[in-house]
Amino acid sequence: MSSAPQFFKHGPGSLARLFFFVLLSILLMVEDTRINYFPEIRQVGAVIIYPLQIIAHVPANTYNSLKEFLASFHLIEENAFLKQRHLVNRKQLLQLQALEAENSHLRQLLDAVQRIETKAIIAEILYFPRDPFNHKATLNKGSQHNIQPGQIVVDDKGVIGQITQTYLWSSELTLITDNGHAVPTQTVRNGLRSIVTGTGKNGELDVRYLSINSDIQLDDLLVTSGIDGVYPPGLPVAEISMVERNPANPFAKITSQPIAGVDQNRQVLILSFMPPTPETLPELSTAITTDSP
Amino acid sequence: MSVNFPEQDALIPATGWFIFFSLVVALLLNLIPLQGMFLILRPDFVALTVIYWSINQPQQLGISIAFLMGLLIDVSNASILGQHALAYCIVAYIASVLHRRLRIFNPLQQVPQIVLILILMQVIILLTGVIGGADFPGWHFFLASLTGMLTWPLISFILGILRKPKDDPNII
Repeated sequence: MSSAPQFFKHGPGSLARLFFFVLLSILLMVEDTRINYFPEIRQVGAVIIYPLQIIAHVPANTYNSLKEFLASFHLIEENAFLKQRHLVNRKQLLQLQALEAENSHLRQLLDAVQRIETKAIIAEILYFPRDPFNHKATLNKGSQHNIQPGQIVVDDKGVIGQITQTYLWSSELTLITDNGHAVPTQTVRNGLRSIVTGTGKNGELDVRYLSINSDIQLDDLLVTSGIDGVYPPGLPVAEISMVERNPANPFAKITSQPIAGVDQNRQVLILSFMPPTPETLPELSTAITTDSP
Repeated sequence: MSVNFPEQDALIPATGWFIFFSLVVALLLNLIPLQGMFLILRPDFVALTVIYWSINQPQQLGISIAFLMGLLIDVSNASILGQHALAYCIVAYIASVLHRRLRIFNPLQQVPQIVLILILMQVIILLTGVIGGADFPGWHFFLASLTGMLTWPLISFILGILRKPKDDPNII
């Protein structure tokens, strides 16, 4: 009887199917936020969606190239302006080279670790997601271009964010304004260390865990301290925009504005910074001990 | 009660390929890079297309396809995997349960019911996001439902006109 042909082929009812898929998506959400056991699901999805992303990006690309084409009519003025800028910059560059030589000499004298030069890869922001819950962006370079999670992304002014996930040809950038993102920083004026965290709002960052009497003022520049070994030291992050010292609270309420155009740029730089790993540190200490006697 | 049935019955049922193609186009529209206010106002084209097919051909577009589209949106949005999938499943189910009632009305009359479905979808997305640890993004989050409501007649007009039978020259 079981082999009798079916006239009306129908699987499980629609309510049963809804129940199955709701259960499946809840399991997926739990897996994604808590366990993260199958990162391949995201990878497969990213590969499927990549060609569509490229096609959807065509209008923006043509608009940009059209703008560049129109801008090329002002090339002579721009050239004169850039020549002037070049002269000014060149003077500064010469000074900088002298300083750099002096600095490296001093560092050698001090037997300190040489500052590691960072390499940079130019990437383009493919798009910002629609989702208002997270401040992330998708870049057009991925693990095929040797991008790894944890790399820092900057623009011409300062830090934008950090790579948190890489796909084959694209990667996911978490902006410093994201709710769950923190940057260890230092004040330029007096070297005060602090942590800058995102608030989930555009153009607003929190400076947390600084006591009320800490020496911090309006317009103080915060740069990365490099203590975490993830961020290279000395990159501008934010500027203090408000300090509220309420004696009722143990910590001052300090907000700051990001320096970089966090949500404005299209081209960004991905830095590959190799921090001094703990394995190299013992060599250093032995070198110091052999030198000291 | 005089209900004039619109030209629903005259439409050619879409093939699977046509539905697939319309979903791909909707996905493309969702992926166009936008910023700021435009991003907030952009209607969720994929959700609208899923609702359209769940109303008009519920036997073709099942909950499983809605689920897969939701997963793709989740990957492209970098949101929690399953957030949009859950919302799209429930929306597709509701639309397919109500499809007989909704098909009585023409696209303009369907608008108030569609906006309720869209708001429900955004509430589901909001709740899962908040449970996942995000902050409430502000009331302007729901503006996307309103723009979705405004694009609904347009979408059903376009998808309908593509399925209109060609005029038969032999007809008297």
